[in-house]
Order: sequence, then structure tokens, then C-alpha cells
Amino acid sequence: MAAHDLPPAMIETATLPMAWVVVLPLVLALMGAALLLIVRRSHGLSFVLALVSVLAIIACEITLLLHVFESGPVSMTMAKWLPPFGISFTADAFGASFALAAAVVTLVVLIYAEPEHPSAVGGGSFYALVLLLLAGVTGSFLTGDLFNLYVWFEVLLISSFGLMVLGGRAVQLDGTVKYGFLNFLATTIFLLSLGLLYGLLGTLNMADVMRVAPQANPAAMAGVAALMLLAFGMKAAAFPVNAWLPASYHAPPAAISALMAGLLTKVGIYALLRTLVAVLPATRDVLEPVLIIVAIATLVIGPLGAIAETNLRRALGFIVIGGIGAVMAGIALPNLAGVSGAGLYIFHAMLTMTALYLVAGLIERQTGQSDTRYIGGLYATSAPLSVLFLVLVLAAAGVPPTLGFWPKVQLLQGGLQTGGWIGGLLVTALLVNAVLTLIAGTRLWAHMFWRAAPTPAEATPGEPLPIGRLHWLGSGVLFALIIAAGLWPNPMMEVVRSGAADMLDPARYVSAVGLAEVTP
Amino acid sequence: MDYVLAALVGCFVALGVYLLLSRSLIRMLLGVVILGNGVNLLIFTAGRLTLQIAPIVPPGLDQPDGAIANPLPQALILTAIVIGFAMFSFLLVLAFRTYQTLDADNTDTMRLAEPVDAPQPPLSY
Amino acid sequence: MNTVIFRTIAPLIVATMLVFSIYVCLRGHNEPGGGFIGGLIAASAIAVLGMASSAAQARKALYFDPLSIAGFGVLLAGLTGLVSVFNNSPFMTSIWLYLELGEATVPLSTPLLFDIGVYLVVFGTISSIALGLESNEGEEP
Repeated sequence: MAAHDLPPAMIETATLPMAWVVVLPLVLALMGAALLLIVRRSHGLSFVLALVSVLAIIACEITLLLHVFESGPVSMTMAKWLPPFGISFTADAFGASFALAAAVVTLVVLIYAEPEHPSAVGGGSFYALVLLLLAGVTGSFLTGDLFNLYVWFEVLLISSFGLMVLGGRAVQLDGTVKYGFLNFLATTIFLLSLGLLYGLLGTLNMADVMRVAPQANPAAMAGVAALMLLAFGMKAAAFPVNAWLPASYHAPPAAISALMAGLLTKVGIYALLRTLVAVLPATRDVLEPVLIIVAIATLVIGPLGAIAETNLRRALGFIVIGGIGAVMAGIALPNLAGVSGAGLYIFHAMLTMTALYLVAGLIERQTGQSDTRYIGGLYATSAPLSVLFLVLVLAAAGVPPTLGFWPKVQLLQGGLQTGGWIGGLLVTALLVNAVLTLIAGTRLWAHMFWRAAPTPAEATPGEPLPIGRLHWLGSGVLFALIIAAGLWPNPMMEVVRSGAADMLDPARYVSAVGLAEVTP
Repeated sequence: MDYVLAALVGCFVALGVYLLLSRSLIRMLLGVVILGNGVNLLIFTAGRLTLQIAPIVPPGLDQPDGAIANPLPQALILTAIVIGFAMFSFLLVLAFRTYQTLDADNTDTMRLAEPVDAPQPPLSY
Repeated sequence: MNTVIFRTIAPLIVATMLVFSIYVCLRGHNEPGGGFIGGLIAASAIAVLGMASSAAQARKALYFDPLSIAGFGVLLAGLTGLVSVFNNSPFMTSIWLYLELGEATVPLSTPLLFDIGVYLVVFGTISSIALGLESNEGEEP
């Protein structure tokens, strides 16, 4: 290699202050977690510190989202290296809005969990682990590098392990074993696909992969994408590999399982959306039949499982799985309406599923048990609880006055635009899913709230716990957000549409990272 | 050499999957570790094994003198090893605690979270 | 494990390992070594100490709680990354300071501080796990 014109390897220009907003949420979450680990013996200080960190993160992410919405994706590459060499963090409208939703959900869960701590949640490291989980989730949403995505996956995985066993009851250990092994296996499979991808392309920067992927051997790329589908499908609990979710999500205390339900599977499905739709669109077309089958099966099996389940939070776990199917349907429908529907669904699911689990926690506190066969007559005991649960169930099924309606409309629109048997099948499956979710949810509601309380002889005795003000505040804030976003969907819709446009046409994304345009 | 390593990766992955299919927690744990090592070896092989020259730019030059070995896979593998190690130690502690608490190493007997005799849902409504 | 020989030798081994771990950590920028390896060596030293005496005694000898040490390490590493904001460069850009001490030049840099952060993280986490496994009621990482 002669020493002629050297291509530049370092960035020479000064960094824009705005670019810092991409990494700041992440750094704040990590450092917040570190501080909380140090002060974890003091409960009051931990709570205040955690609250302040999450509020700062939310402020950063609102700034980021506004900036991204106005002037397209933002990127920062670590340590002055030029993009394919340095690790990039790149936020587009999807990543920024999901990261914001994740921080909001975390804030709500922190407020909700405060009165339960430390007796029910147990262990001083709760707040540190929550912030570490948030760091992992935010990192996965904002990173622009596939290997870095793997690292953030592991960060969120290890903190979710820690959260899941906090308190160390036997049922938690049992759930964590299943959750832990399968999710670790999933990330190992993801790493396998990354190794192969690196061997094929020589790069793992997302924008760079978009650029060079068309030149690679399509058959090999399809294999890589299939491995990614398996890995992210496992993380997201899509149909054939979904069994770990209902086995583990109900084991930890309500606040923790709400956090998991809101964040973990959504990160998996977001990674699938990002890799298949934006980074490797050619292989998505190859995998389309598989995606359609998985989407339909997940859509139908989720709510069917919920109907057949007696444990309240396990039933909700199956509803979470059904929601993953809706996003899979959006991935299988690669037009603007379909992808923006998938994006909006992820946003909606993060808020709604967390709220559902939080309210389930309230129901369990009120009644002292989680078996829906023995809960009854709650409508007479607590009218606000019944309104909360009913409306959230309607939101999960996608009934109009809530946020859940709009992604479903977009997905259906996407299906109708695609037309043919593919569109028809997916539209039918989405509608069947809505009906089944409605049946499952209203059945739960009717059993727990509407019917008369079952005779006490049947019930296994449990200790009812008081519901504090912060419990109501946490669930109420999320509930109000879901209703408000459902009544004024336009801002969110615009954000998601611009994100979906960037997903389908990566030109803006690639140029934000600082690489040349996509070569045809 | 590439073919030998590729075959070795295949052996590692096959062994890992075989152990993961077992019902015993400890074997599954070993399976995960072996699978992870196979994957690390795969990344190593994917970075092309050609040269034995360290990727260091000699003093006074702007770029390496001639072709060098690829330094990136080592960074990737080191990260993966560290993470895999953290995961392994967590799962080891978890398996140990599970064994202490549930007195079970066989996953078939761990049915606390998902009871075997799960009741039928109520048939009203 | 509690033979007299082991208990007598253990403090010597521990001290040597701790010093060696710092050496390995500091030489890591240009030669084999670094924060991760150094931290592992130091954590093994604590594990040896825990085996020779008891986990509780090893904790007492550490004075700081191992997980708090790890937290401080993360904090330190994060802060060194943020320093580059004053330099108009992206996150984690290295900044060097060459100290002229008479004849010698001592290069100080943010990567060095970052590596010390990594050292503390690895040291804290691994010794926490090791001590947790040694005392039968372990603390989760």
C-alpha cells in the first residue's frame, strides 16, 4: 500500500452542542445508576436521586425528539473517529420517541414503587438496577452500531435479571431461570449473526451496513437475517419462542413486572424493525413469508392464551405477546402506513402494557391474590380501579378514545394498501386479534369487577395491602397520558410518520451519520 | 486454517446446543458457555486469519507499513468475552441459589411459576 | 481450605497480587494489560483472602462495599468521557496532559482515568460475586 492520499480517519470539525443530546440520556442513566449503587443503603436519598436522574433524562430526550423532528436524524460518533471506524450513536424519530417513552415509563414505575420499597421490592439496589435497565433500553434505541446494540442488550439483560430476582422468593428464582437462559441464548444467537455479518461486510455500523449490504451475497445475507429474526423474535416473545414470557413476567413484584412488560419485549421488536426494515431491507423481502406466518400466529395465540389463563398477570403477559404480533404485522407490511403503525404500536404498547401491569398490581393489593377465579365484586369496592382497568383493556384492544386505536388504524391502512392475499390475511389477523383481546380483557374485567364476589370458602386467603397515594399517582399519570395521546394523536402521528419515512428511505439517516449516499 | 477453525466453530456450536437441550441446569450453563466460545471463535475467523503482523503504525509513518492483521475482531471478542463472563457468573449464582431454594437441578421439576395442574379458567361469561 | 500454610501465605499472596494488579492496570495503554485484567487480578486477590479467612473478614478488609466501588468506577469512567465537552469534541475523545517532571515526561490522559474506572468496576463486581459465593447467602450482582 503506497502512502499516497490518505483517507481521513478522524473528524476535524468541532462537534455541535446539539449532538451531545444523543449521548447525554445514556450517560446520565449510566452515571445515575452508578451513583445509586453507591448510596443504595439510604432509601430516601436513592429515591430522590433516581427521580432527578430520570427527569433530567426526560428533559434531554424531549429536546432530542424536537430537534430530530425538525431537522432529521442526529448522530454523534465517539472519540472523533470518522463513522465506520468509531461507534456512532444515531437518533431518528423512532429511536428518540421510544427512548422518551421508556424514560416516562421508568419515571412512573419509580413513583409507583416508592411505597412498596423496601419491604416488597426488597434489596437496596432496586433503584440502581432500574436506572441501569433504562440505560440499556435507551442505548438500544439510540445506538447506530449493531455491535453496540448487542452491548446494550446485555446491559439491559443483566439489570433485568437483577430486578427479577430482587427479594429472592422461590417463584422469582424459577421465573428468572427460564427468562435468563432463553434471553442469554437469544443474545448469543444475535452475536452469532453479527459475526457472520462482519465476515460478509467488514462493518457493523448501521448506516455503513445499509450502504454496502446490497453488494454482498444475498443468500448469505438471508441467513444472517434469519438468525437475527430468531434472536430478536426470542427477545420480543414472538410466536414459536414466546414461552418464557408468561413463565416469568408475573413472578417479580408488580412494579418490576410492569417495567419489564413495558420495556423488554419492545426493545426486541424495535431491534427487529430496525434491522429488517431499515438496515437490511433486501433480506426482509426474502423473509416475508416467515414474517407473515409469525405475525399471524403471534396475533392469534397471544389473546387466546390470555382467555385460557386464570392468573391475572400471566393473562396480561399473553396480551403483551399479542401486541408483539401487531408490530410483526407492521414489519411484514413495508409501506409508510404499515411501518408507522408498527412504530406507533411500540410507543403505545410501552405505555399501555406498563399501565395494565401497574393496575393489576393495584388489584392484587386490593384483594390480596392474583387468581381471577377468586376475585369478584371489585366494582363495588373500588370504582376508580374498575374504570382504570376497563379503559386500559380497551386501549390494549385498540378501541377509539385511547392511544391504542391509532396504530391499529395505521396497520390496517397499511394492510389494505398492500392488498392481495398478504394484506388480506394480515388485516384479518389484526381484526381477529382486536376481537380476541377485547374478549380476553373484558372477560377478566367482568370476572374481577362485575360479578358478585365468590363465596369466601373457595378463595385462598391473601393479605390485602393498602393502596397509597403514590400508587394512584403513578397509574393515573400513565392513564392520563394514554387518553390524552388518544384524543390528540396528531403530534405523535407526525413524529412516527417522519420516523417511518426515514426507516424506509435511509438517505437522511446515512447522511446524518456522515457517510456517503446509498449507492444503487 | 480458516476451514479448520470453521469446523471447530461447528463443533463448539453443536456441543453447546446439545448441552442446552439437556434438562439439567448445570449442563445448560456449560452449554451456554461453550456456545458463546464458539461464537467468539466465529467472530475471530470472520475477521480473516492471514497475517501475524501486529496492527501497529511504526513511528514516523501515517499508516502501517504493508498489510497488517485485523485488530477489530479482538476488540469485539474481548467485549463479548467480558459480557459472556458476567452473564455466566450471574447464571451460575442463579443456578446455585435455585438449587438451594427449590432443591432442583432438573428443569422439569421447576414448576413453581407455571404450575403443572393449572386450573381451568372460570366458565361464566 | 483452612490449613495453616494457606492462612499464613495468604496475606503475602494477596498483597503481591494487589500490587501486581495496579502495575498491570497502569501499563495497559501501550502494552498488554489494562483495567479489566488488573481488576480481575485484584478481585482474585480478594477471593483468595475470603477463602483464607472468611467472606465477612474480607469485606471488612475492603472497607468500602464492593458494589459501591464498582459504582464509583462507572461514575469515574463516565466523567472522563464527559471531559471532552470542554474540548469541542465528541464523547470519549481522549485528552492528554504531558507532565514535565525534570528529566521524565509523564503522560497523563483521560483514557488512563477511564481504565482506572474499568479497574474499579471489574474489581468491585467480581469481588462482590466471589464473596457472595463464598458466604453462603450470596448477594446478587
